[in-house]
Amino acid sequence: MTVWFEKQRHLIDFTLASLIRRKGRNLGLLFVYTLLVFVLASVMLYTHALRHEAAVILEGSPEVLLQRLVAGRHDLIPPGYIERIGTVRGVQQIRGRLWGYYYDSVVKANYTFMVPEDGSVAKGTLVVGPALERERGLARDNGISFRAYSGQLFSFTVAAVLPQASELASADLILMNEGDFRAFFAYPAGHYTDVALSVANPKEVRNVANKLANLLPDSRPILREEVQRTYASVFDWREGIMLALLSAAILAFSILAWEKASGLSADEKREIGILKAIGWETGDVIRMKLWEGGLISLTAFLVGFVAAYLHVFRAGSPLFEPVLKGWAVLYPRFDLVPVIDGLQVATLFFFTVFPYMAAVLVPIWRAAVTDPDAVMRA
Amino acid sequence: MIFQPAIIALLLASVISVAMLLAAAPFAIQIIRHWDIASGSERQLQLERRTYLFSTLAMFVMATQLMALMLFVFNADKMSVMFVGAMCAVGTLNVNAWGFPALIAQMAVFFLAASWLAVNHVDTRAPDYPLVRIKYAALLGLLPAVAAVLWLQLEYFMNLRADVITSCCGSLFSEDTKGLTGDMAALSPVPAMVAFYAAIALAFATAAFHAQTKRGGAAGYAVAATSVAAFVAALTGIIAFVSLYIYEHPHHHCPFCILKPEYDWQGYWLYVPLFAATACGAGAGAVQPFRNVESLRNVIPQVSARLAALAAAGFLIFAVIATVFVARSNLMLIET
Repeated sequence: MTVWFEKQRHLIDFTLASLIRRKGRNLGLLFVYTLLVFVLASVMLYTHALRHEAAVILEGSPEVLLQRLVAGRHDLIPPGYIERIGTVRGVQQIRGRLWGYYYDSVVKANYTFMVPEDGSVAKGTLVVGPALERERGLARDNGISFRAYSGQLFSFTVAAVLPQASELASADLILMNEGDFRAFFAYPAGHYTDVALSVANPKEVRNVANKLANLLPDSRPILREEVQRTYASVFDWREGIMLALLSAAILAFSILAWEKASGLSADEKREIGILKAIGWETGDVIRMKLWEGGLISLTAFLVGFVAAYLHVFRAGSPLFEPVLKGWAVLYPRFDLVPVIDGLQVATLFFFTVFPYMAAVLVPIWRAAVTDPDAVMRA
Repeated sequence: MIFQPAIIALLLASVISVAMLLAAAPFAIQIIRHWDIASGSERQLQLERRTYLFSTLAMFVMATQLMALMLFVFNADKMSVMFVGAMCAVGTLNVNAWGFPALIAQMAVFFLAASWLAVNHVDTRAPDYPLVRIKYAALLGLLPAVAAVLWLQLEYFMNLRADVITSCCGSLFSEDTKGLTGDMAALSPVPAMVAFYAAIALAFATAAFHAQTKRGGAAGYAVAATSVAAFVAALTGIIAFVSLYIYEHPHHHCPFCILKPEYDWQGYWLYVPLFAATACGAGAGAVQPFRNVESLRNVIPQVSARLAALAAAGFLIFAVIATVFVARSNLMLIET
């Protein structure tokens, strides 16, 4: 066994020395390779961090949301519904929620108006999200007026600004008092936007949803796990589409690798010829060349991955943000929590190292079977 | 579902593997028909040169298959969040009828590939390549197997539907389930433990003995046979009692949940040495038929002894790790 290790060590030694002898050529390939790993790793790290963020946020959402539909469109929950839901066994807590969208022509963006469940916002005041603070230049105790859909003008004072840490979920959020909300949107008394239910036993969630659908046929229960799954699929899908598009780049890179590996310079040919003349076997040359590919791959993979990590988690991924994150006028500014997923590293490895090694096999063999005399005489 | 990065990667690996083997197939036929080491003809020289290429290609394909198995299981575990009712890889594999066949086929290819690599290794150590024909015939035989894996994976991944309610490991690996998995789960801990340790000890002893004495023939086959038996016993043991200790739960028998991060990926610590040991054991058996070939008389005992030593080490590591998991657990299955 030690003999084997010794042999590989010397081969690596030799390979490194020969790589360094041809710096320019190899650095070019290494650069392109690293760039490819960097791009792919950025996409993967970014989507995974987003998926993680979505999962963390949804963790705190209610198990079941109930919406009423009229002609397939979302409608208000009329009085009496909440009492009827109360009879479904397994439902622990029922809460009518009040929220809505408001288009602000000043910043040309939609706000989400919401009544917090604890009723902590006093009448005539607002608690605004961080993006609003930025866009409208609001601060504590500032006054702000909105023209309601009825045409009437309402004035509020800002009681507080929501913390930056929650920006991903609260960028465009405005919290207000229930009375203000109903007056502003002319909401009929006793009506709610939708109903949030919490279910004590997670295994009962589906049964509760079925019962609700039977009890209130005009309603639509939305389960948290469905939302979570949808988010996960959407991000996976975006990532997959990006990768499918980038597969053209992988292919191009494979062709480049093939070309690079087959276009042996006269120097290299002579080197191989001499090696064989002094007793190297074809197998040894192949092994050396495989080490060469392996070392380049490993370096490119590590450097590319670290660069992608810095790009995504330190620099905020300026390159892929627009595609992967989606778009909105009041887009939240947020820092992603660095998460690395083993499966992604393994997948990335398959996407980069595997095509490269596959592409260089034939050229490596071509180089290795060269006859020493043919090379040296030429 | 096809746009999952890991799925794309797996399919890419399978497609390239099949393509490479297909490219090697005409050459394999040429070798089988025309190989003649004693001849100095142009064609023989060509063939000899090309064997380097196709041996490397084949090794590459086999190595890919070994890694693809890991990625396949890893991916199945990760995707379980996307299916209603799935809690680990079992649920994902159960989404349609192709999941488990794909896994089993991938495992079969893994062991076949390992055996092929063992034979290839022996062959390249002899100056006259005595096994070239057999090797390439085996390669032709492996082609349909790898193609079958690709086909099963395609069927499986194409038919993944997120709206199917799948069953979780709790129903497949439970004492009340009819069938093989249920029977394995229903084994009571003491006999299961006895069988588990006995089978592994036997495999270890046979392999260690073979590694020491280097006597070929029956001992080599015995290593392969006991390795495979130990593999089955080990999987049964994991389902019957090791998993219980890891989950610290008297009724959770799933052999896939131990791969989850919640359990610190403990499953990989078990499966990697187990699969490696079994592959080495099978390899030691696979080279035995050729021990009487003139130029391999000195090579095969050495190689098979080394493989047996690796197998013995793997089984030992596996047994130690399993014992540590059991000893460290707070669960008590057996009254003392």
